[in-house]
Amino acid sequence: MATLQQATEARAARLATRRSRPRRAVTWWQPVVVFAVLIGVWYAAAAYYDHVRNLAFLVPYPHLVLKAIVWDTGVNGAPTTFDSDLWKALGRTSVVSLTGLAFAIVIGVVWAMLMAQAKWLENSLYPYAVVLQCVPILALVPLIGALFGYEFTSRVIVTVMIALFPMVSNTLFGLQSADRAQRELFQLQRAGRGAQLVKLQVPAALPSIFVGLRTSAGLSVIGAIVGDQFFQRGNPGLGVLIQVTASRLMGPELYATIIIASLYGVAVFLLFGLIGRLAVGRWHDFG
Amino acid sequence: MTTTAPAPVTSTDTLLDFGNVEMTFPNGTVALQGVDLTVDRGEFVSVVGPSGCGKSTLLRIASGLETASDGTAQVTADRIGYVFQDATLLPWRSVQGNVELLAELQHAPKADRAEKARRAIDLVGLNGFESNLPKQLSGGMRMRVSLARSLTLDPQLFLFDEPFGALDEITRERLNDELLRLFVAQRFAGLFITHSVSEAVYLSTKVIVMSGRPGSIVGRFDVPFPMPRDPDIRFTPEFAELVGEVSHALREGHR
Repeated sequence: MATLQQATEARAARLATRRSRPRRAVTWWQPVVVFAVLIGVWYAAAAYYDHVRNLAFLVPYPHLVLKAIVWDTGVNGAPTTFDSDLWKALGRTSVVSLTGLAFAIVIGVVWAMLMAQAKWLENSLYPYAVVLQCVPILALVPLIGALFGYEFTSRVIVTVMIALFPMVSNTLFGLQSADRAQRELFQLQRAGRGAQLVKLQVPAALPSIFVGLRTSAGLSVIGAIVGDQFFQRGNPGLGVLIQVTASRLMGPELYATIIIASLYGVAVFLLFGLIGRLAVGRWHDFG
Repeated sequence: MTTTAPAPVTSTDTLLDFGNVEMTFPNGTVALQGVDLTVDRGEFVSVVGPSGCGKSTLLRIASGLETASDGTAQVTADRIGYVFQDATLLPWRSVQGNVELLAELQHAPKADRAEKARRAIDLVGLNGFESNLPKQLSGGMRMRVSLARSLTLDPQLFLFDEPFGALDEITRERLNDELLRLFVAQRFAGLFITHSVSEAVYLSTKVIVMSGRPGSIVGRFDVPFPMPRDPDIRFTPEFAELVGEVSHALREGHR
């Protein structure tokens, strides 16, 4: 029966498949040019601070910063322990941020799933997510410190508080994103709430859960560094290193720490973006 | 035979029986008023009417998604298929996975639902596309997947809520023919909502015309053309005349 029609549809399907793969133009050299320009500006600024202002530590030369990241030697050639300190601090910050992120994921998803069960639960619980988002963390610092000490636990708590909201809001939004007809399709088969959650709401929520996860992952790095600066006892991470190098006027080391902290943030963001794309990219255009 | 037992009510061939059905929404809107409608075994009934005349509400009551505020709405079919305006496929499932969904929700064994899905996919002519995702399909193909999904229920009564309204004319005519073929082969009764008069006349054994605000039935037409239907009857004077009569009733009711 009407093979022409079916052939047309098959062709349309093949075209749709092809179109769904985003076409990436080769644009790698454009960011590279911008990078080179930025380095050039940095050198100019460093030279200005070095020769005109005589405050070389405020804007150190890029190659000195690179040296601080790679070698255990100070500006004057004397051996330091900075390089190993930097990587150890990065390790501790990673542990804090990933622990905080793990808690934020679990708490956020459970919280959102509760709210997705009934409108009254959403009405009762959502305001607290907003409150949590609005509380100035700084105001709670003395209290958290007094309650949980000035070490790991408190750093993780600050990280969770900073990273939690996107998990809650994105998961809730995702769970509610299944449209009415899809829900009615399940209703018509008298599917229970559990089946609806597992087979409809959770899969439909995955794209926005992963968007939330990526945002939260980025925030967890910020949380870990901020937590570090509030709670400096125990094994300090990048946040403490930033404060120490800044207070000692160690320009290249300060810049090195800031750059590593930023690169770690970018890496975490990209990693969770990649995980999201692997998980739902097959059927959803995950940005 | 000396005695005749009274026939039990369920032995009649009426699958859907609406008596004086009324629907008033909580906000006071009267969507349906005094609707009498039956769908018998072997019938394909189309309902045409202006948008907002409550014809979708009629279908929602029939499926049990809504309850009529007054009157009697009896549905004696146990297996009811429902086709939505959109294909409402789950985008993360393949064609096969989507067609298996309803059997899966009824906890059918895996081999059983795979077999049902295979047969349904076969019926709508989508063999070879089992592993495709909905986003890789055209609108018409998605609608076929949606049809196949309901066909796995082996419905006695099939409810259609303007299923082809969003499709282009060529795809729509093609799917009309497919639907007629399925109607003849699968022997379900159909209740089909549409706003296209010619689609209603072409598909149906009976056409109901509704007027809006409040929704009520203003015309009933029997369609005399035999099944299976030749696509070319659409170009006969008899067909055109009936389409004219239905359109006229629609316009009268709208006034």
